[in-house]
Amino acid sequence: MRIFDPHIHMSSRTTDDYERMAAAGVRALVEPAFWLGQPRTSAGSFTDYFDSLIGWEPFRASQFGIRHHCAIALNPKEANDPRCREVLSVLPRYLAKDRVVAVGEVGYDSMTPDEDEVFAAQLALAIEHDLPVLVHTPHRDKRRGTQRTLDVVKESGIDRRRVVVDHLNEVTVGLVAGSGCWMGFSIYPDTKMSPPRMAAVLRQYGLARMLVNSAADWGRSDPLLTACTGEAMRAAEFTDDEVDQVLWRNPVEFFGQSGRLDVSSAEPPATVFAGNSIVRGGA
Amino acid sequence: MTGGYLADVLKDQAADPAWLADAVGRVARDPAAVAGLFPAAGRRCGREPLPDPDPALTGWTVDDAARVLLLTAMPLTGAALAEQVGALYRYGDADEKRAVLRALPSVDIGDTGVGLLHDAIRTNDPRLIAAALGPYASHLDDEMWRQAVIKCVFMGIPLTVVAGLAERADGELGRMLADLDQERRAAGRTMPADAAALLSLLTSDPPARPHDQKEAG
Repeated sequence: MRIFDPHIHMSSRTTDDYERMAAAGVRALVEPAFWLGQPRTSAGSFTDYFDSLIGWEPFRASQFGIRHHCAIALNPKEANDPRCREVLSVLPRYLAKDRVVAVGEVGYDSMTPDEDEVFAAQLALAIEHDLPVLVHTPHRDKRRGTQRTLDVVKESGIDRRRVVVDHLNEVTVGLVAGSGCWMGFSIYPDTKMSPPRMAAVLRQYGLARMLVNSAADWGRSDPLLTACTGEAMRAAEFTDDEVDQVLWRNPVEFFGQSGRLDVSSAEPPATVFAGNSIVRGGA
Repeated sequence: MTGGYLADVLKDQAADPAWLADAVGRVARDPAAVAGLFPAAGRRCGREPLPDPDPALTGWTVDDAARVLLLTAMPLTGAALAEQVGALYRYGDADEKRAVLRALPSVDIGDTGVGLLHDAIRTNDPRLIAAALGPYASHLDDEMWRQAVIKCVFMGIPLTVVAGLAERADGELGRMLADLDQERRAAGRTMPADAAALLSLLTSDPPARPHDQKEAG
């Protein structure tokens, strides 16, 4: 089983997780920018974070043969903080980077006017930079948030084949299925989706435009739930080729629209990053 | 390193020469456009080492040369030029930072780029430290320059990256190398061959050595 996790927050995971993921078949991933678990207080905090998404994390991933790409954005939660808004002006610099394959996570948290404005501005940036978009849907009032997301996407004029609406479930998938946007599902230990429920959704809605991710972060989450979903698909009598479509070919197709995705496995792992080897006991 | 010379070198090397020519034209008309074009140079032009470069381009890649060409095309001077160069370095990934360091001798910013060298030398990234010790390192003061040379020895960076090493290496650098050599011996470790050769060159200076020994005795 080869796995491309299209949404995982590796900066909040340990190096051991990279090792376990590689052993489970994860060979590529996209890490979208989000918040830190506590509020940022300046744009500088974002740029240091973005620097790690294009520098340190790809290095850590390369130790285990995993190709690391990222999505860059001002997240919906912090779109509401005027101290963070100025990061919008430096986003174009990061959206031009080699490993940046999407704008994200954008979308809604509390559906405020500030979030409206920042979401629309970042959809415009995606069009300008010829990048796909990864849209987070809110935890609270999810159905209304998903509908509003689709309206804003439509209004922006972006090609909906270049948009994934993420964190869907049985209640919201139907809204997105007919929109032309891609459908993202985060598989969590307790909340959001479980592997067997995911397999049932795939049975009902088909495999096209479907992305399955672990969305693992510093919360209770599990970076191996993509692999578990592959097992659940097999148990539900999907073929190996169908598992490969959902867990590998679909994300390659979606993020490949950036023109910057590189999933060749030829690159040997870098030995040090900024002189810092994470191989304990090494030089 | 003039833009015209680099353009010649790149003519047969850039994967997409039309993109590069257009990018240079855009930067010449609108220097702010460099922010988006500079990072794109790797995927549009390629990242291979330049084949058989002249000695001034030893270790350069195609994207290094393309990025330096873009920098030299900016119609800016003085503080505005220094500010743009500084921003490209600050927001650059490691490849972009390396290209800015390589460009420093070719852009007219006097010694205002020294802060970028200090940043690069702090990083512990061998690619950046090597690029920081090119010809522009003549602007580093002696203390920082010696520290950077010793850091190369620590990190196993070949001393061939240090521009003007033979001319600038002095007795104080020799003392620092000798101390390092002593520490290494105490730990049962050795010095890299190039550092040992430099140490021997610096400490075999006939007028200084016997005098030192007499003082010590």
